[in-house]
Amino acid sequence: MAVRSTIAGIGSPQKLQEALVSAQYLAGEDLATAAYLALALGKPLLLEGAPGVGKTEAAKALGGVLGRQVIRLQCFEGIDAASALYEWNYARQMLAIRQAGADPVDLYADAFLMERPLLAALRNPSLSLLLIDEIDRADHEFEAFLLEFLSDFTISIPETGTVRATQPPVVVLTSNRTRDLHEALRRRCVYHWIDYPDPALEAAIVMTRASAVAQSTANAVVAAVGLLRAEPLAKPPGIAETIEWAEAATLLNSQGASWPQAFRRAIGVALKDHDDHIFIAPRLAALLPGEAA
Amino acid sequence: MRSLALPRPLEPMLELASLLRRHGFPVSPDQTMAFIEGIGLLGPRGLPDVYRAGRAIFAIRRERVPEFDALFRLAFLGMALPAEPPGAKHEDVEAHDASGTASQVEAETATLDPGLLAAASERLSRRSLVSRDAAALATFAREAPARLPRRKSYRWTAARRGAAVDLRRTLRSAVRSGGDVLALRRARRKLRQRRIVLLIDVSGSMKERTDQSMQFAHALVQAGERAEVFTLGTRLTRITSALSVANRDRALERVAALVADIDGGTRIGDALQAFLAVPRFAGFARGAALVVVSDGLERGPSEPMVDAVKRLSRIAWRLEWLTPLAADPGYRPQTKALAAALPWIGSLADGGSIEAIASHILTLARTR
Repeated sequence: MAVRSTIAGIGSPQKLQEALVSAQYLAGEDLATAAYLALALGKPLLLEGAPGVGKTEAAKALGGVLGRQVIRLQCFEGIDAASALYEWNYARQMLAIRQAGADPVDLYADAFLMERPLLAALRNPSLSLLLIDEIDRADHEFEAFLLEFLSDFTISIPETGTVRATQPPVVVLTSNRTRDLHEALRRRCVYHWIDYPDPALEAAIVMTRASAVAQSTANAVVAAVGLLRAEPLAKPPGIAETIEWAEAATLLNSQGASWPQAFRRAIGVALKDHDDHIFIAPRLAALLPGEAA
Repeated sequence: MRSLALPRPLEPMLELASLLRRHGFPVSPDQTMAFIEGIGLLGPRGLPDVYRAGRAIFAIRRERVPEFDALFRLAFLGMALPAEPPGAKHEDVEAHDASGTASQVEAETATLDPGLLAAASERLSRRSLVSRDAAALATFAREAPARLPRRKSYRWTAARRGAAVDLRRTLRSAVRSGGDVLALRRARRKLRQRRIVLLIDVSGSMKERTDQSMQFAHALVQAGERAEVFTLGTRLTRITSALSVANRDRALERVAALVADIDGGTRIGDALQAFLAVPRFAGFARGAALVVVSDGLERGPSEPMVDAVKRLSRIAWRLEWLTPLAADPGYRPQTKALAAALPWIGSLADGGSIEAIASHILTLARTR
């Protein structure tokens, strides 16, 4: 395990937190500490949380801060080696055989290898950040494979041999927790549960991310979203929805709609499920921000 | 370990690791090392740093944070544990998680109809689930692996008559024949067992059936690759992990200890809503064969149940409702809730005996 106390000029969780702010990501102290420890100890960072709390954004911001290219592997049910590791370019191989005729041809040269995220990150570990997104969607077999991958960072290609990372790459895993991850995988990672941010922080996020939203609008939207999240909805609004709702309402308001009217008409960007709309409709007036401006 | 004369400041850290292990947290030596190294990296500027490092590196689940907090205070501040640490038993966590949500929903219905509360009062009782062997269970265990419903996996496997051309194998054999493709190798999708989610009504009206439903649930968890079992009563309880013990009697004892609302009131609608409200549980239902074993005698208002059935039918692959009342061929759903939910239920069938339930689940794959 390589322990480095300073990574890309970042020597403490506080430094990392500041750097993330400059990358337009407002992280809590807990997240900054977990991320710093993951970097310093050379372990993968596992982020769990409800959909829309900014797990993927955190990884992208981290990539920006470290000056690394984010290589993203989106997991899905039934993900296989061909979409995660590498695949041979069969069509080109076949053409090469035809063209070569009697001459010998190296079918397993690099030119015929199509890199997929895991191999790409392994071949360039110092310049990339590997983001393994929504690992809970992949099935158990892939998780078991990942466990092996994350401990020795090698991929063996039967035709050519083993590819080994010169140094452990920076890895971030995210999970929506639709199922429990394997205990062994959790043990290997530094873990952080991302919660919905508190109202002050969320308002600050809205102000950072949205273009022309007034502070009072941001506060009002954040308060309303907080109320919505307390309801038993199928799709509670995430942070992206908060930002969009604030922007949409501001836009409608600038075109002459009154504030409560603007929020009501823009509710479609915050609630994206028909049943939720029906469920919330009778009490909508009480939940909506009143006079925001 | 102590005899190695470790530096004194390390003691509370090792103490925390061993405390965690004693209280059922899976802690590897590797994590303990990383914890100590991490603290060194952080400075540390104070106890909050040590605390954050502990939570991150020991990968503490959110539900178990209060428990971790108590152990942390014990190790670093010498504070005694609370009389009963919350969620001390490992298996309880799921139930706590779930019942928390359930009670939220309950509070809501109570405001709708105060009389309901008295009618469906939580008669919490623990009845021992002592089991006996049944031929139907043995048959089910034997036939389940081959007959449970399946879905296509995204993985491919070589097959003589597959749906697609296996380019890798084809190319390899072409290389052997100097670049000429003599035969196309084919591949097909592998088949995986589809997840089965069994929701068992354990309310008073299902009293006589609870034992056999539990025995069947145990057989299902043992035979199936992916099965989830919950009980519905006045609350929702996940019992999959209790049922994963191979010995049936021991498994059922564990279930009996876990399920506090056997023979209590019926609030199927609220329990189903609670199931949907926990994203992880609702995720189990996605693409799964969802089987509800219940008489559908909902004592509360019918809307929550109808709404829940509607939503579940959209998430699940199939939604089956097995009721003991349907053993009578002339059966029509009597209660308002079940009658209203009928359009969203795949089939309403007999759930009166282990045999009936088992054979229905085994034919799911065929009736599609």
